[in-house]
Amino acid sequence: MNKVGYFPGCSLSGTAKEYHLSLLEIAKIAGVDIIELEDWNCCGATAAHSLASTLAVALPARNLAIAEKMQLTDVLVPCAACYSRLAQAKYEMKINEKYKTLIPQLIEMDYNGTVTPLTVLDFIQKYLIDNLSDKFVNKINAKFACYYGCLLTRPEHLSTIERREDPQIMEEIIAKAQAKSIDWAYKVECCGAGLSMTRTDIVGKLSARILNDAQMRGADAVVVACPMCHSNLDMRRPEINQNLEFKTDIPILYITQVLGLALGINPKNLGLDKHFVSTQRLISKVEKITVEV
Amino acid sequence: METKAVIEPLAQPLKEKILRQINEQVMKCYQCGKCAAGCPLAGEMDYTPNQILRLLQIGSEHTDNEVLSSYSIWLCLTCDTCHSRCPQEVDFPHIMDFLRGEAIKRNKIHPKAKEIIAFHKSFLESIESNGRLNEVELTMRYKLKTLNLLQDIGLAPKMFAKGKLEILPHKIKGKDAIARIFANALKETDDE
Repeated sequence: MNKVGYFPGCSLSGTAKEYHLSLLEIAKIAGVDIIELEDWNCCGATAAHSLASTLAVALPARNLAIAEKMQLTDVLVPCAACYSRLAQAKYEMKINEKYKTLIPQLIEMDYNGTVTPLTVLDFIQKYLIDNLSDKFVNKINAKFACYYGCLLTRPEHLSTIERREDPQIMEEIIAKAQAKSIDWAYKVECCGAGLSMTRTDIVGKLSARILNDAQMRGADAVVVACPMCHSNLDMRRPEINQNLEFKTDIPILYITQVLGLALGINPKNLGLDKHFVSTQRLISKVEKITVEV
Repeated sequence: METKAVIEPLAQPLKEKILRQINEQVMKCYQCGKCAAGCPLAGEMDYTPNQILRLLQIGSEHTDNEVLSSYSIWLCLTCDTCHSRCPQEVDFPHIMDFLRGEAIKRNKIHPKAKEIIAFHKSFLESIESNGRLNEVELTMRYKLKTLNLLQDIGLAPKMFAKGKLEILPHKIKGKDAIARIFANALKETDDE
């Protein structure tokens, strides 16, 4: 059985529980063993790198050191914001001489740089998709707008995605589950995540542009791979609708939930009842694949 | 007899400190404006990204002051659109992180930025005491700091019903180690 380290991050134990649930469900079907890092800590997020540069490296570095100690090499980091912080910490400790000695002292742990953080998209490509290809029992008769946002595609030195202005990896993944995606213009625009609480009005405006384009181009749902994007597009719907000429009830799904539906997993086990915007209409578009004799 | 011009020692321009401390060259910017064109926040900013860079290039006390006391540096979301499209590869978000720290050190914070800083501080306090973020605690701390007591009050019951809110923070076993990381790392930042 394949063994992969897992850094859930704070969101996946709170506002993004359904991301955690659906991830574990599909990994189980693919036969991949997910091992949560022992006693992991918060990556520091925007707050740390906005206010304290050394802390912004030290906090994620402790998690990388824990993974090393557990002899893990690949660590799945499903939150795009956490991924960005862990990957940036690894990068800084490689290029910055001062951090090479300072950070292990601060975290009171050895650090050798042997761990690679993986985005959920890279994880799905590397560990899941080949093991799932013959297990898709459902077809979803819907069109998806694959939304990447900022931190999966940028900055260049941390992103593993090709064609940063028009990435295709999510589209390729859901195509393997026989789900269709649309071509649209806002897939790498920012939803406003960091200002969710302090300038909700701006988040409403930015997220409205994204959903407006998705809806106008005929998407039935938006697919995301980041809990920040999800909570803005899903929970901030009243603020979004204030900025639109129409009201949109387009649901926002994690890519793990889309794969889960195609794999025939019960929507409840994928946490599809935990969203603020109803996913019922989308679920009704899921049907069993009948094999013609 | 040789005469010497007396030149008053000027405060070091920010652009030199940026070069020395974070190795970014603001002088590389030639004002193509791609950063401002792609910036999702440009419409809300008092100075667009290219304008901030121009002010830094001039490097006078006045222009440096304008930059540090701007609202722009606090609105930047670090989405990196500017950096990824910059033909001169100026890492503008990296410069913004530096400017935020500098604005705090020199106490030149835009009045509208106080809430954003209060949010970041509340966030860090929650991690410092638990090792992980607790959203209820973060919200309480933020509300007390800003007195925006009723903000998002409608979201909480719905989130709770969906099982998305943990009332009590989860304290990690290594929370003392985290507290030490905070104490020592923050000292480090101050020394720079």
